[in-house]
Amino acid sequence: MEVPILKQGEFLIAMFQAALSDADLENLRRGLLQQVVKFRSRGVIVDVTAMDVMDSFASRTLREIAHMIRLRGAETVIVGIQPEVAFAMVQLGLTLEGVSTALDLEEGLAYLIEKSKMTD
Amino acid sequence: MPAGEIRVVINSDQDIVSARQEGRALATKLGFSGVDATFIATAISELARNILAYAGKGEITMQAIHGSNREGILVVASDAGPGIRDIQQALRDGFSTSGSLGLGLPGVRRLMDEFEIRSRPGRGTVVSVKKWKQ
Repeated sequence: MEVPILKQGEFLIAMFQAALSDADLENLRRGLLQQVVKFRSRGVIVDVTAMDVMDSFASRTLREIAHMIRLRGAETVIVGIQPEVAFAMVQLGLTLEGVSTALDLEEGLAYLIEKSKMTD
Repeated sequence: MPAGEIRVVINSDQDIVSARQEGRALATKLGFSGVDATFIATAISELARNILAYAGKGEITMQAIHGSNREGILVVASDAGPGIRDIQQALRDGFSTSGSLGLGLPGVRRLMDEFEIRSRPGRGTVVSVKKWKQ
């Protein structure tokens, strides 16, 4: 299953689906980094609204994506973590330390725009 | 296979997705809340991941269970892999969740109501977890 990556000006938006396998997540990680380089993107939004389970592998992959993209000089924001998914992540002991999060796509975009203004 | 038991063979990363989807579907059918169905699906995801990472293959079964005055779900993850030498260590938090190849067992234990593990080095591991409807 391929995750669509949309280009929105200087930002990229990746929309996760519910049934992503580990291989899908790894492909996404590679694809996102390639596109950040190709488009010289300033920021990436990863929308996980549709994800109904965030286990240890998914959390780790999200953290790695955010850290890799930061090394490229761009920002990542994870949006749309469902309340019950957040609850399960906390019980499982998973954190997204050092990764920015926002309520939804709109707030994620606002966050990235604000961030890129500060670095201009 | 007892009636009403769902069995998912775990052999690839795609099977992890199938197992957690089956688990959520059964939990929802049994009337669990959205939070509990998410807990059950997440626990299954971690158990299936352990099977794949440590044993290479195995299976997850799930079924409805009936207590004296409550209803629940039983999930059993079993494999014939190398087994766990030190179960106490595997159940300690730092051992599992911080590293990249953690067992995640303490987390699974917190997500579910009952947790039981049996393992023999060289023979395999069976993890049984239950969750009761609130």
